[in-house]
Amino acid sequence: MSEAVATHPAVEPAESPLTPESWGKLGMWIFLAGDAVGFGVLLASYGAARASSADWPLPSKYLGIQLTALMTFLLICSSVTMVKALESIKKANLPAAQRFLALTILGGVFFLGLQAYEWTHLIASGLKIFGNPWGATLFGASFYIITGFHGLHVTGGVIYLTVILVAVSRIRDLGYSYMITEIAGLYWHFVDLVWIMVFTFIYLL
Amino acid sequence: MAETSGHKGTNYMAIFWWLAVLTVIEIAVIYTPLARLIIGILLVTLAISKAALVAMYFMHLRFETRTLAYVALTPLAIGTLLVFVLLPDHRYVPHKTAESAKIEAPAH
Repeated sequence: MSEAVATHPAVEPAESPLTPESWGKLGMWIFLAGDAVGFGVLLASYGAARASSADWPLPSKYLGIQLTALMTFLLICSSVTMVKALESIKKANLPAAQRFLALTILGGVFFLGLQAYEWTHLIASGLKIFGNPWGATLFGASFYIITGFHGLHVTGGVIYLTVILVAVSRIRDLGYSYMITEIAGLYWHFVDLVWIMVFTFIYLL
Repeated sequence: MAETSGHKGTNYMAIFWWLAVLTVIEIAVIYTPLARLIIGILLVTLAISKAALVAMYFMHLRFETRTLAYVALTPLAIGTLLVFVLLPDHRYVPHKTAESAKIEAPAH
């Protein structure tokens, strides 16, 4: 091995070795990459279903764009509070980190509340998994499956961040707190990133 | 501390305002009297820009090792491939319902 290194001293560019912290990050990134493929499949099949349908309704005409724009804004805000929480741990300001984490969780809960309101309103208007008063039936099915799958991720994120908030409050090791918050943050930002795509492809296009 | 490099200089509020402004532009775009194709291209470009901002700065991908960038780019490559795989289906093929079949088939 050392001989190989000696004969090829500059094979790999200098990169920081994978520490236990970055193993955790690598694990989360691999999970998120798999999850992204899941969302990609859903959105691509939505596109295929829409392109082959003669009476697909224009989503922006029937779905509440103002409400979902507010939901988008809420998730962007919660992403900012998430990075602020991490920044606070870095500055050893634990009370601020707890506050920002709590705000992030609150943002997620508000998002879910607005989604529940939106779904209730749409169901009352007649949009169901097996029924769409404005055209293609698949519109209802794909809408609820994709936004529901994302909503499940937000629910998971709210639970995950609550666990992290409790852990950060109890553990006095700042390095460890930073590590678990950063990894949880990756998940939360991913949920925000996916919503950016869902908002564009399902609501605006 | 786990994090020693890179992203401490990031102005997160600037990223937030960029994301907010791009969202407003997205909503404005759908009300413009442009062709649907142009609106579609603009919306997808704006969405990719927003997603890139989140991944690069909020998820610190810009400051991470190359390994993580490869992991993050893999689903993008698979997703692009998937769109091409589904392209044959992206044609106008009206769904036939039982009712429309009855109308088309002359009764003997």
